[in-house]
Amino acid sequence: MNLRDTAEEAAFRAELHAWLDSNLPDDRRGWRGGEQRFGDEFGREWSRKLYEAGYAGLTWPKEYGGAGAPYSFQAIFYEEMARAQAPAHVGVIGLGMAGPTIMAHGTDELKQAHLAKILSAEEIWCQGFSEPDAGSDLAAARTRAELRGDVYVVNGQKVWSSFAHIADYCILVTLSDPDAPRYHGLTYLIVDMHAPGVEVRPLRQITGEAEFNEIFFTDVEVPVSNRLGDEGGGWQVAMTTLLHERGTLGFALTAALDVGVGRLLETARDRVDGDGAVRERVAAEWIELQALRYTNYRSLGTYQRTGIPGPEGSAIKLRWSEQNQRLTKLGRELLGPEGILDDGWWHYQQLRSRGNTIEAGTSEVLRNIVAERVLGLPRSR
Amino acid sequence: MDFALTDEQRQLQREVRGFLAANYPLDRDWDAPPDDRWQELAELGWLGGAELSFVEEAILFEESGYALYPGPFLVAVGFVLPFLGDAEREALAAGEVRWSAEDRGLVPWLDSVDMVVDMDGNAQPARGELLPTVDPTRPLGRLERTNGIPLPGHRDVARARAAMAAEAVGVAQRALELGVEHAKTREQFGKKIGVYQAVSHQLADTYADVELARSLAYWAAWCVAEEDEQARLAAAAAKAFATEAAVRACERSIQVHGGIGFTWEHPLHRYYKRALWLEGFGKRPAELRAEIADALLGVAVPA
Repeated sequence: MNLRDTAEEAAFRAELHAWLDSNLPDDRRGWRGGEQRFGDEFGREWSRKLYEAGYAGLTWPKEYGGAGAPYSFQAIFYEEMARAQAPAHVGVIGLGMAGPTIMAHGTDELKQAHLAKILSAEEIWCQGFSEPDAGSDLAAARTRAELRGDVYVVNGQKVWSSFAHIADYCILVTLSDPDAPRYHGLTYLIVDMHAPGVEVRPLRQITGEAEFNEIFFTDVEVPVSNRLGDEGGGWQVAMTTLLHERGTLGFALTAALDVGVGRLLETARDRVDGDGAVRERVAAEWIELQALRYTNYRSLGTYQRTGIPGPEGSAIKLRWSEQNQRLTKLGRELLGPEGILDDGWWHYQQLRSRGNTIEAGTSEVLRNIVAERVLGLPRSR
Repeated sequence: MDFALTDEQRQLQREVRGFLAANYPLDRDWDAPPDDRWQELAELGWLGGAELSFVEEAILFEESGYALYPGPFLVAVGFVLPFLGDAEREALAAGEVRWSAEDRGLVPWLDSVDMVVDMDGNAQPARGELLPTVDPTRPLGRLERTNGIPLPGHRDVARARAAMAAEAVGVAQRALELGVEHAKTREQFGKKIGVYQAVSHQLADTYADVELARSLAYWAAWCVAEEDEQARLAAAAAKAFATEAAVRACERSIQVHGGIGFTWEHPLHRYYKRALWLEGFGKRPAELRAEIADALLGVAVPA
């Protein structure tokens, strides 16, 4: 057990710290997230800078254009990005989900075509998993893919797809055989978002912004060569995607919280004098952040050894989302009556946080995962 | 950075778990006066003889909570050691002199130790009025003061708190396991009750609590072992979080157990009482959070 950086880790941290200092303008720090991630051209520009400096795809193998670095470097990357309040790489779906899935299941042609462009933010990717009638229950997907010659013809609707309105490609879970037993009729495709028949409609959400979209597919032709895994083998491929989503996600989430707790302390220093009850709540959020931070470190150890994220990742996501809701509500409360003004950081973050316990696995599903896969309780379904 | 236990530390953990499980099984006679096997602890080197790091000692505290070990190990190694000089350490390590320490005017196990470190860091003979507590294996006493003999060391508040946090993690872990075991075997309405999400989700929440508590406890233990500047904050955070987590873990486990969890016969209430003791002894969680707030926000200025 050693919580200090190794010599290599310390060198990487120092180099990244200095690079951020000299490359990230002050007025680009502290993005609030949301629509700003897509609307501002700086997002892509910044992503390209990260790529050129070698910070995109840190843990990707060198043969695919990555840095081949250990997962601890990715963790340090998130920590330093949070410290600098730097915007994230705009290609999060490509980097964290599509890329690793292509590496695991894609043909050489697909790897050649996409991996480098994901890193450089030339290609933006989105995820087509959820449907109106298949949210948590992915195996119930009904978007049809019918094989006709050397193309799949896709018809159906996906929902809750971040980045779809600016995306070039989509990783799509389709139903190719409606008669097959559950889990066996799914096929995983890469779809060109600029192809005829693809229509994207932004979904306006609780914050008034549109980060998510609906995607409608009408007779969209997808070459068979764009299939990942076997026909009918889409479930296994989708599990690869979701596994990688969990990988170092905890560090990314905690990095965002770190920024939030930092702001909470600032707000509290300005606004709270002797109110012991409020001071105690602020301290409790700081403690919870440290608990998540060091749980990440513990799970990183397992991840480094096995390459597979441990199931404790579900607990981290669960607690992160609940903390972000509590923390942002407290931040807003500290502002007093100003907290209801429709223009502030806390106002936005508090509303946005309501999605945290729903997106990327609802809290209910995560508790089921912990109960069944970690604690070994009997399945509830 | 590497936050995993080493192979040697895992080996130690297995040995401690084995020793305590063999001598303090769940089906022990809980109401009989406990044998704390102090001499055996000395021979195993746990009383300072093996010169373990504090991370390894944290493993011992965690396991002593898991097994609900009844003796004054927590105070001897967690509280007292930093006060002692070489000669006293040797006698403690050999199991010859049993020590406790006064905290906020109260001395744990006053009736079963020989010597006490008082609030001023002086050694006193263990004499005074005994007060029963919520945890019958852990009485407190009010010291009858003499002038005392000055000791060469100092009070290490972070170490004491980190020790209590580690013990609380063990308590919480066992309460969770008992609840899970019950939910896997008990049937109602024709199904194992663990099928019902109203039951399983409580246990999932306890799991998250225990994992987070363990992370804080080991962070604090590492800071104490390394004399890191964050030791004081880390230990305050760990004690506040882990002892509350242990109390909640026991409360949820009692609920999951239904009626049997409320009986004297079932061991759960023993774990619950240990958790309440750990939460209440020294500074309580709310006071610790106030201390942390002072460090983060500056000391409060009354309006």
